[in-house]
Amino acid sequence: MKILAFIATLMTGALLIYATVDFPDWGDPNSPASLHVSPRYIEKTIEETAVPNMVTALLADYRGYDTNFEETVILTAGISVIMLLRRPRK
Amino acid sequence: MIEYLENIIIRTLCRFLIPFIQLFGLYVIAHGHGSPGGGFQGGCILAASFILILVTFDLAEAKRRFSEKLNNFFNSFGVFIYAWTGWMCLLLGGNYLDYGKLSQILPVDPVKARYFGIFSIEVGVGITVMAVMVSIFHDLITGGKHEEVSE
Repeated sequence: MKILAFIATLMTGALLIYATVDFPDWGDPNSPASLHVSPRYIEKTIEETAVPNMVTALLADYRGYDTNFEETVILTAGISVIMLLRRPRK
Repeated sequence: MIEYLENIIIRTLCRFLIPFIQLFGLYVIAHGHGSPGGGFQGGCILAASFILILVTFDLAEAKRRFSEKLNNFFNSFGVFIYAWTGWMCLLLGGNYLDYGKLSQILPVDPVKARYFGIFSIEVGVGITVMAVMVSIFHDLITGGKHEEVSE
């Protein structure tokens, strides 16, 4: 069983490594993300949100839904530790 | 680790240090727009100050400063602030978390309303991160019993 799991892991890893060959280079100016997504945020952040910190504007405004559930994940982690560990005094 | 440390140097130093740590945490949360930082980082700094109380003093002192009931309340209160900001935008006729619509209840234009919407959710994130860090630390350090352990 362990051998089978090892083979499955190896094959998945090989597949993932094979897929990374098609990725654009690091910082490639012609990659799809750099062509229209990044310039849009870099140019419009100040005039759309009035926030000088572009990272915060992205995190909290353009990607607000994502951050909402990041926070919910933190809450879930806290509740899980409480449920697993906390034993009230009698 | 949580027993009472009879060391006057550590206790006096931490008594001076903790207010400044908390002030810095609030600064990082409030200035998340203009400088590096934000809710997650500021919440961690605030939590570090409460953990410092627990490490230098004892568990009773830490519970007196930040009680378990308050901690449990803050756990979910931060998420409540975040979600409620989103719902306000929904009720005012926009999309979920579309802060521009908050300009109808705030005396600012829609662009500036986004600024305050982002600030409001940063505060929510900071509160939850702080409370969860402190809660997890209290649970782990006492094994979930929440009473003094001696060596």
